[in-house]
Amino acid sequence: MSQTVPVRLYVNGDRHDIDIEPRRTLADALRDDCGLTGTHLGCEHGVCGACTILVDGKPVRACLMFAVQAEGTSIRTVEGLAPDDQQLHPVQRAFWEKHGLQCGFCTPGFLMLVAGQLEEKPETDEEEMRDVLSSNLCRCTGYQNILKASMAAAEEMSG
Amino acid sequence: MTAVEPPSWTGRSLPRVEDPSILRGHGRYVADVASQDRCWYAKFVRSSIAAGRIVGITAPPGVRIYTAADLDGVGEIVASLARPDFVTTSQPILARDVVRFVGEPVAMVLAETEAEAEDALERVVVEIEPLPAVLSVADATADQARLVHDVDFPGDPNTVVDGRIHTPGFDEVFAAAAHRVSVQVGSARQSAMPLEARASHAAYDPATGRTTLHVTTQMPHVIRTGLADVLGIREDDLRVIAPDVGGGFGAKMALAREDVMVVHAARRLRRNIAWIETREENFMAAWHSREQVYDVEGAFTEDGDLLAVRADLRCDVGAYSCYPVTYGVEPLMAMAELTGPYAVREYSVRSRAVLSNKCPIAPYRGVSRPVQVLAMERLMDVAARQLDIDPVDLRMRNLVHEFPHRIPSGLVLDNASHRQTLAVAAEMADVADFRRRQRAARGEGRLLGIGFSSFAERTGYGTPAFAARSAPFELKPSAVADVITPGFERVVLAMDSSAGVTVRIGASPHGQGLRTALAQVISDELGVSPGEVRVIHSDTDATPYGWGSFASRAMVLAGGASMLAARELAGRLRTLASSRLGGLPGDIDLSDGEARHRETGESVPLFVLARDTYHSSHLIPDKGEPALEATATYDPSGTFANACHVAEVEVDPATGAVAVTRFLVAEDAGRLVNPAIVDGQIQGGVVQGIANALFEELIYDDRGVLVTTSLMDYLPPTLHEVPDIEIAHLETTSPQSVTGAKGVGEGGTIGAPAAIANAVSDALGHLGIAVDHIPATPHRLRTAIRSAQAAQAADKTDRETAS
Ligand code: FES
Ligand code: FES
Repeated sequence: MSQTVPVRLYVNGDRHDIDIEPRRTLADALRDDCGLTGTHLGCEHGVCGACTILVDGKPVRACLMFAVQAEGTSIRTVEGLAPDDQQLHPVQRAFWEKHGLQCGFCTPGFLMLVAGQLEEKPETDEEEMRDVLSSNLCRCTGYQNILKASMAAAEEMSG
Repeated sequence: MTAVEPPSWTGRSLPRVEDPSILRGHGRYVADVASQDRCWYAKFVRSSIAAGRIVGITAPPGVRIYTAADLDGVGEIVASLARPDFVTTSQPILARDVVRFVGEPVAMVLAETEAEAEDALERVVVEIEPLPAVLSVADATADQARLVHDVDFPGDPNTVVDGRIHTPGFDEVFAAAAHRVSVQVGSARQSAMPLEARASHAAYDPATGRTTLHVTTQMPHVIRTGLADVLGIREDDLRVIAPDVGGGFGAKMALAREDVMVVHAARRLRRNIAWIETREENFMAAWHSREQVYDVEGAFTEDGDLLAVRADLRCDVGAYSCYPVTYGVEPLMAMAELTGPYAVREYSVRSRAVLSNKCPIAPYRGVSRPVQVLAMERLMDVAARQLDIDPVDLRMRNLVHEFPHRIPSGLVLDNASHRQTLAVAAEMADVADFRRRQRAARGEGRLLGIGFSSFAERTGYGTPAFAARSAPFELKPSAVADVITPGFERVVLAMDSSAGVTVRIGASPHGQGLRTALAQVISDELGVSPGEVRVIHSDTDATPYGWGSFASRAMVLAGGASMLAARELAGRLRTLASSRLGGLPGDIDLSDGEARHRETGESVPLFVLARDTYHSSHLIPDKGEPALEATATYDPSGTFANACHVAEVEVDPATGAVAVTRFLVAEDAGRLVNPAIVDGQIQGGVVQGIANALFEELIYDDRGVLVTTSLMDYLPPTLHEVPDIEIAHLETTSPQSVTGAKGVGEGGTIGAPAAIANAVSDALGHLGIAVDHIPATPHRLRTAIRSAQAAQAADKTDRETAS
């Protein structure tokens, strides 16, 4: 067993004290050590965006960041998006209503990407949204409904 | 619809029941099961050499390693068809003595964490003595070619399928035809590339001795049979579960050698073992597809009637035969379906599967059809030019419009709307307006093009269609058949004592929304709401044997079986209700959770009928079973969905980049159970087709090493590369589907490449450039444009000098 270091992560408002190897990625730490498996890994080399989470409000590829680098930051994952068990976040609701997911493997990454964008800039227009969405891959939907859902969420969040 | 008819759930775009858990991050994929278990991890040492002899495998002490030598009692994977031209080869679980492709598993290491397993992997040294690699169909079939497998090839070397059809009247018609038009088309190798790579997690239960395998599969029952056969164990010693699966597209319907190892190790070591495939491994070893070249020649009358088609079809199928559908899947489909929706009378075809030292092929969405359609639709456009007929008119003239229609390979086209979908698509496209825009753009040096693609998508086929791939054979008195013939789907439907409905299905959805769609179909029959219907799938302990989800089949087959079972259960509910309400079962309507007498208007809740059945069974008037259950099987011979795609493109002459600026689909998938789901399937499929036409390509170098092993080299489209996709629906039903639904899973992928190839060829026609081989990458187009421009310039200089 290689050497481990203690790391304290704040995820979705909860504190996680974990002991990990310094080489552990943030994605692995969230999934395996914090038990938050909603963050998915599609490539582990920074292209697909399935692992997108929010670190201090900004979208980040969790597979490209070491967990130790996230000390002291505020992390949000898909599990922290909905306000409670009864309600969904507007972006989640829009993805449901507009059929923005099929297999769902890319979905957490897209939800965090769009939530991050709209929480910072609710008035994002379609052209800018297309740019934002082009940073992640989806193999199932052909993106049509992801775009529709994202714009529906934008409308709701800016309205 | 009249006022008294109950509202139908079918036909509505209900939000999917699958979604809320996924949206909250509570989806449960195989890697999530492993993540939350203290399991060991497996990693595979893979060959870096395309062909060679294994000289030695060494690992330092402390590395837990398995090689072929440790596999006593483990068999090999054999996938065969009963055809005289079929050559059977076998796939070892770990390479034994020889390696046959880069990425082939040679050894497995195990460690307590995934990171440590990766460390161990680095410490294993494999020594391989290289042999000349067979890397093309031409090399593979040459005299004296090196054999990829040391078996007897009765025909050409390395040729494992060599199918032929030659209709009796062909020679005469072909020779006499006024025009003969030929095309050669081809596709590069492709990866289905589901966003979730493969994974498996085997958990050994010491209490029962059983092993539960969570695995990324589209066909859990069949995979269980395959695993049990190879491992020589009782099928019941295994439980196979496909939890949430992150896309399949065909690449998850073959038995993986890695999964055999994971189960084997879990049973031997009596511990839980997981394997999570990396993206690089997925590109190297998780099945490829579509490396095909077709030479196709059509014989036309003066007026443009396509009388006869001659074709030579070659598929490079890689090094092994995938279980269960075999390496015959591409050539045999292409041979049977090539002529598609066109009324061709005579047909002469040779269709081959040829081995190479590359990753084996398996189905990928549409299998051979994208290339078949590319061939026929390029043929139509080239013929239109040659015969000076409008391409839409030429298609219209040749499309089958009377049904049923037997095509020369023997398949029967059932009710469809080939001409109508073409007409609808042409109207949406407004070709005359496009030509005006094209001319105006050309004046500014911009190159626009338009392309059509009409096709039939064979869907929802059961055992009869799969049986036709083999020659007819008789079962031997006491031996199992050598051939696996997929097909039927079976469901078990039950209403519990609180009137809750569950249906257990053999199909295994992985993103298609089948739970929602089946609930809609069943709800209409039982008069309940879809929220009350639970669909149980993808667990061999909980569902009837079935073939899984592939080939656009689930809605037709599992949907058909569900409807039949629901009708039977509805009949029982009507009988029970009539004994309470009076009248005959035929007087009873089921709706809103109640059984109602149509004349008297009196009603009884289904809940009461359910309680009657289970809790007052002694009072059941006809002494029927104390159960509300129905089982049904559906196994039709198959139907054909059909569609016409139209692409508009703009080619940048400086870079060779193609922008798809407009994409239209006129689709006829029969009755739409959930239109939003259908549109989603079409949109996703079209984008994979655009990828096939323009971007995605698996590239091997001249030593057989795969070069495209990351998402930096293999380029699936992002939203940037994708236009808005406009869809129009026609709904032609067919007696071949009880629900009226035809399959729709593959159509988008099937039709789009040809539409785009035709559009790019239209944009570049003035330069004499045609796109027959896909993908038409910027590099290829730029090179072609430059050499065409250079040739035109030289031509001009020549003419000027001459004058
Ligand atoms: S898994 Fe992080 S970008 Fe693909
Ligand atoms: S829904 Fe499957 S990858 Fe996006």
